[in-house]
Amino acid sequence: MLYDVIIIGAGVSGSAIARELSKYEANVCVLEKCEDVCEGTSKANSAIVHAGFDAAAGSLMAKLNVRGNEMMDDLCRDLDIPFKRNGSMVVCIHKEALPGLQDLYDRGVKNGVKGLKILTRQEALEMEPNLSDNVEGALYAPTGGIICPFKLCIAMAENANVNGVDFRFNTKVENIVKDEDGLWHIRTNNGEYVSRYVVNAAGVYSGVIHNMVSKPDDKIEIIPRRGDYCLLDKEVGNHVSHTIFPQPTNLGKGVLVSPTVHGNLIVGPTAIDIDDKEGTNTTADGINDLIAKANDHVKNLPMRKVITSFAGLRAHEARHEFIIGEVDGAPHFIDCAAIESPGLTSSPAIGEMVGNMLKDMMGLTSKANWISTRKDVMNPENLSVEERNELIKKNPAYGNIICRCESISEGEILDAIHRPLGARSLDGVKRRTRAGMGRCQAGFCSPKTMEILHRELGLKYEEITKSGGRSNIVMERTKNQKGGEQ
Amino acid sequence: MLNYDIVIVGGGPAGLAAAVAARNAGVDKILILERDKELGGILNQCIHNGFGLHTFKEELTGPEYAYRFIEKVLNAKIEYKLNTMVMDISNDRVVTAMSREDGMYQIKAGAVILAMGCRERPRGALNIPGYRPAGIFSAGTAQRLVNIEGYMPGREVVILGSGDIGLIMARRMTLEGAKVKVVAELMPYSGGLKRNIVQCLDDFGIPLKLSHTVVDIEGKEHLTAVTIAAVDNKGKPIPGTEERYTCDTLLLSCGLIPENELSRNAGVEMSPITSGPVVNESLETNIPGVFACGNVLHVHDLVDYVSEEADRAGQNAAKFVKGELSEGAADIEIVATEGARYTVPSTINVDRMDDKLTVRFRVGAVYKDSFVSVYFDDERVMHNKKRIMAPGEMEQVILLKDKLAEKPGLKKITVKIENE
Amino acid sequence: MEKRELTCIGCPMGCAITVELENGEVLSVTGNTCKIGENYAKNEVTHPERTVTSTAVILGGDKPRVSVKTKSNIPKDKIADVMKEIDAAVMKAPIHIGDVVVKNVCETGVDVVATRNVEAL
Repeated sequence: MLYDVIIIGAGVSGSAIARELSKYEANVCVLEKCEDVCEGTSKANSAIVHAGFDAAAGSLMAKLNVRGNEMMDDLCRDLDIPFKRNGSMVVCIHKEALPGLQDLYDRGVKNGVKGLKILTRQEALEMEPNLSDNVEGALYAPTGGIICPFKLCIAMAENANVNGVDFRFNTKVENIVKDEDGLWHIRTNNGEYVSRYVVNAAGVYSGVIHNMVSKPDDKIEIIPRRGDYCLLDKEVGNHVSHTIFPQPTNLGKGVLVSPTVHGNLIVGPTAIDIDDKEGTNTTADGINDLIAKANDHVKNLPMRKVITSFAGLRAHEARHEFIIGEVDGAPHFIDCAAIESPGLTSSPAIGEMVGNMLKDMMGLTSKANWISTRKDVMNPENLSVEERNELIKKNPAYGNIICRCESISEGEILDAIHRPLGARSLDGVKRRTRAGMGRCQAGFCSPKTMEILHRELGLKYEEITKSGGRSNIVMERTKNQKGGEQ
Repeated sequence: MLNYDIVIVGGGPAGLAAAVAARNAGVDKILILERDKELGGILNQCIHNGFGLHTFKEELTGPEYAYRFIEKVLNAKIEYKLNTMVMDISNDRVVTAMSREDGMYQIKAGAVILAMGCRERPRGALNIPGYRPAGIFSAGTAQRLVNIEGYMPGREVVILGSGDIGLIMARRMTLEGAKVKVVAELMPYSGGLKRNIVQCLDDFGIPLKLSHTVVDIEGKEHLTAVTIAAVDNKGKPIPGTEERYTCDTLLLSCGLIPENELSRNAGVEMSPITSGPVVNESLETNIPGVFACGNVLHVHDLVDYVSEEADRAGQNAAKFVKGELSEGAADIEIVATEGARYTVPSTINVDRMDDKLTVRFRVGAVYKDSFVSVYFDDERVMHNKKRIMAPGEMEQVILLKDKLAEKPGLKKITVKIENE
Repeated sequence: MEKRELTCIGCPMGCAITVELENGEVLSVTGNTCKIGENYAKNEVTHPERTVTSTAVILGGDKPRVSVKTKSNIPKDKIADVMKEIDAAVMKAPIHIGDVVVKNVCETGVDVVATRNVEAL
């Protein structure tokens, strides 16, 4: 099949672009090397909607950050994604650095960030009593927010899929060539795909994909910039109520402390440039470093309440700017590369920008029956007892709690499995429902979730994975397969 | 709303024994709420033997021990509900539960017995650096997969933590054909029972490396290797001592945490040491009529002690609903210090206590040829020599009501470990 | 004279026991605190024994495996052979606690029995 557009990468950028393109009459396909959407940078980040005061004035990054931030309320309402504008604070702890807050304020105003305010020490402490005793002042941005990064990406992809966009998982791009008719031939481990237009939204691999088609003097090198994080128990999720940043440095926005939209506390990230594009391992030094840094700005951090730590890779490029546009000498090949922070915040605006670009280039026409909304996996916790009982009567699976830490029922897991682009692995279920994301970290629910995946998808236990590929949970039956009764 | 005299949250060894005791004490309407599909709790997956030496004077396996109590519950026709999750307990003893069949419903309880047990400390809480591939399990999760579901997580195994479940799983995986390469323990002593070290490790030539921890985890999709290193006396890895083990499975047996989310939400006062409720001589929490027993109260070493404790909780809950548990604040505080980490219970109201009161505690380090001492205010009244005490094993002292009655005005009982 | 150091497993105490042997004859047992320790030490140096616990395949039941044990101790050096016979067993539900899974396992005179009930589906 000849596609009009192929998008490489089903992270938050690729999914946003896919959703945007699904508004138009076009055959669109997303190729993803992993088994699910949201498997790279999109799944391991600060889960923050940035206000937009940090990016250089006049940059594309600044523009898309502020635009993405503005779009977030409507998008999250339409797609049923948890989002909260909790406000962010950049905290100054050295008197001599106070002018830096003013610089940041000025930059924010230039970028079009609304409602910025410089707070005195006293004002800052009143808003956030657990700030460091050394606080000298803070920049307050009421438009800063917190979001579920999984749900943002999944919701946009799902909505795109409902509107006709194909998704091909476990499909890794190996080579791209243009034929004499100007069509792109994309060779993958799963056969060849042909399309008129290509969008490169491959995250830390966006340089590799770009370099497959670009001129010799136009190469991009994406440097994976690793960030370690710690996630803390919900018990201490209200240690701060705003997102607390240190003052930024040239390595980024520094180690933040923030509640998450689900009520945990997140601390991170570090910033370490590495070579390995899959190098998502945490290190003892990294974790120790981030604990030390976080303690500079927030006091009495309850680090004993860590429930998990993880690392994500930002797709950093030396210019520290988003690279979005047609590749020189490769007509109809659009880069969406070097999307590092604030990429999550910017994603709706990135989708809009690339969508508009392709609409104009391709002369796309709108679909008459485009579906703009989508419902998330239902969270019965928001229901009254009567409504919940009504639900359980209709579907008893909602009465069966599988993950007790997060109180997730079988009904929610079934919904996650059977919806468009449904979950096929433990992590897929986890990111759609939060089952296994709580304080016991799936110790109790993973055997139960495996049983559901086995039953619903007809997978053998041995075939069930944590997150696709070779991440199988169990290896074989005990007793050497005897009585292969399952 | 349903009404029961006693609602017991959890149908494991603690809940079962409490139910039987309450019935024997004459309580009619008792309800056990169990989240799993059968009674017995975690004992069902503990298929090894060694349970019940104190209670039944014979060595039973976990499922057999559980069944002894299940039978009593069945014979006494005590009501129970399976596949039922307790969602909330209020401070006026309204229990909200949910299941497929019954939906969400509330029960007004004359008394509540907390018997939810404990859970394992997961990898995340241990801050082990490295990748996060498949192949890393808490030992109990692996135990369930192997013993109940009948699946092998892998063939080459490293175990971190020498708690009993870790030791038991070392043998279990070995018997099922896996190669257990090493057990690493952060502390300079094992948290497990001696018997398990001998029969689960020594018998199979599995090395136990004390004062070692995992410092790296390799494998992007599935676990491929772990690196362990020796640690100094502060628990920090010592550079240069790293040893790499290729493996496909890492089991973690690094401590158990009482599962007290429900208790906390109900307003039950918690001990920061045990992570369990603070209880008085009747095993009653700060909320009148809410009792606790078993591993939700404090993590036990032997199930026999769980059953015994639960028996007391059941009897006291029965007294409470019959109005036989006199009111009145605690008059004596029990303080654990100098080597004793905590005591259960932590207060006594002499009027309410039985003739004998067993006070259980754990020590914070290994003590050889030391004394367990009990002070009534400043006067030492007990001084028992012990050849060995270790953090993995519970200790106890028994207080006699007669002796306490001889000391009117006694405010504080201190339990401590002394060299001489 | 031969000296063997053992950890007693008779109870959670875990006494460190020293056994002195001469030509396979026990000369002395020290370090134990009770009779269990002495008996354990003597047995352990002359004919060590273990109870083996495992699971066996069961067909047609509400569970895929039934837990089993050797009804009493078997010689320690037969653990591997006993496991082979347990692994080869295929039971049919229902089965109840105490039901024989392997009769006279490895000619030890000891039966392997079920340690839990598995009902037929």
